[in-house]
Amino acid sequence: MHPFLTSIGPIFPEIIVALGAMVLLVYGVFRPETEANAEATGWLAVLVLLTAALTVALDPPSTTLLFDGAFVSDRFTDFAKLLVLAGSAVALILSFDYFRRLKAMKFEYPVLVLLATAGMMVMVSANDLISLYLGLEMQSLALYVLAAIRRDNVKSSEAGLKYFVLGALSSGMLLYGASLIYGYTGSTNFAVIASVAKGKAAAESLVLVVGLVFLLVGLAFKVSAVPFHMWTPDVYEGAPTPVTALFAAAPKIAALTLLMRTLHEAFPGLGPQWQQVVTILAIASMLLGAVAAIGQTNLKRLMAYSSIGHVGYALVGVSTDSVEGMQAVLVYLSIYLVMTLGVFACIVSLQKKDGQVVAIADLSGLSKSNLPMAFALFVLLFSLAGIPPLAGFFAKFYVFAAAIKAGLYPLAVIGVLASVVAAYYYLAVVKVMFFDEPKEKLLDVPRVPGLIAAGASLFVILFAVFAGPVVEAAAAAAGALKF
Amino acid sequence: MTIGVGHYLTVAACLLTLGILGIFLNRKNVIVILMSVELMLLAVNINLVAFSHFLGDITGQVFALFVLTVAAAEAAIGLAIVVVYYRNRGSIAVDDINMMKG
Repeated sequence: MHPFLTSIGPIFPEIIVALGAMVLLVYGVFRPETEANAEATGWLAVLVLLTAALTVALDPPSTTLLFDGAFVSDRFTDFAKLLVLAGSAVALILSFDYFRRLKAMKFEYPVLVLLATAGMMVMVSANDLISLYLGLEMQSLALYVLAAIRRDNVKSSEAGLKYFVLGALSSGMLLYGASLIYGYTGSTNFAVIASVAKGKAAAESLVLVVGLVFLLVGLAFKVSAVPFHMWTPDVYEGAPTPVTALFAAAPKIAALTLLMRTLHEAFPGLGPQWQQVVTILAIASMLLGAVAAIGQTNLKRLMAYSSIGHVGYALVGVSTDSVEGMQAVLVYLSIYLVMTLGVFACIVSLQKKDGQVVAIADLSGLSKSNLPMAFALFVLLFSLAGIPPLAGFFAKFYVFAAAIKAGLYPLAVIGVLASVVAAYYYLAVVKVMFFDEPKEKLLDVPRVPGLIAAGASLFVILFAVFAGPVVEAAAAAAGALKF
Repeated sequence: MTIGVGHYLTVAACLLTLGILGIFLNRKNVIVILMSVELMLLAVNINLVAFSHFLGDITGQVFALFVLTVAAAEAAIGLAIVVVYYRNRGSIAVDDINMMKG
């Protein structure tokens, strides 16, 4: 192979996604503007994502640095990118049926999903403050538009506006932190930052610690950790359901892996400083995710608080700053991805005559009208609650085991208590489905989202049997970070 | 008196604070929020360029150029979303953005 091609090999997946987005944009513009053409663009976008996933899977496992150390590719990034690509692809597939029903499928939608995915992949591979910021912004700018994609709908445009304002605020804070870190260390590269930002002088430097805190605040906004979660419920409720599915899945994974790499690779010398902050974020997210969801009547808002809680559990693993903790977070994210996409597949599949089911009360008596769907949702919700032997239990188990091994007993205890409280609202939904009287007949379940929901619930049930490969891959990925 | 890096940092910190306050205290108009966001990003640029000058390192100025580019894209998307919102609600007053709560 030509040496240039070999040298850009590790960034090939990103190039495929970005070029795919541009080609599909041109394709969409030059074809007649019909629903069928828009959907064809969508399937081509899925194909682009799968091709990119294939190139990620074929990527050599060694650690490679590109562009003067601004871009890194190793097992950790490969693992995270596979999750991100899978999340985007499934969320995109879920959207076809939804938009077909609304007669609102536009070819811009898959193009924007591809652009957001390219941004997320750059985030995952960022090894420099500049590539971190550019990846984050590329993702965010595409997601703001996606939230407001139903531009004739008040709620959707309000969701877009709220997401934009708070997202821009968080980017500004993150950037301010980045500028202070650059000022102290004299470099934007993670490796150089790590070599300068250590020791007593660094820990006592106001500029550096304030910079780190600003950076953390910006990233906490993006992963919707409490107290920077205010946008999450409104955006989840207002955005079209498949877009909410995307928000809950892929960007969370990209932002959390970015957080892990930044903290661990750029600030290993300030461990005690950032561990405190992450611990507080984790505790607050777990507790608020458990308590605030209890009074919710809207399924999408419920899932928003659920995702806040799950980010809290993942942050428990991050705060341990150990190889077990990082592995636990990666296992957690893989399982969370399947569970959350499964639940959203169920929500997309359930339709009334006058539109989408969004109220929990609309699910009443689902077990009598559609037992398989009720069973799938039951399994997925129990898994989100962390009830053994479902996958969600193992996700929490690994995280808490890592916390105990690192001596963070209070964090593990609070986590277990929060998941007990959280189990209440998942059980409340199950109770409505199985024991309440049916009110209104729901329409037939569309085939593709139904299959995705079935696949997700099968994964969740059988995870205990096939856990090996996922856990081993996560261990190899976590091992790629320096410990 | 010579102007050192501290002076630039103070100006940038003041601008950033004004930007954040502008987002939170403003109850009138979403356009003001967009302006506040720009103010925050410009504060960051002052920081970056000042550090770049006093460190004798070009990276900060490169970073500032990237920030300017992204800020332009962000303003475009922000204004587009505001226009979409105005068409639906007929208002861009911050107090009216309250369809969803809880």
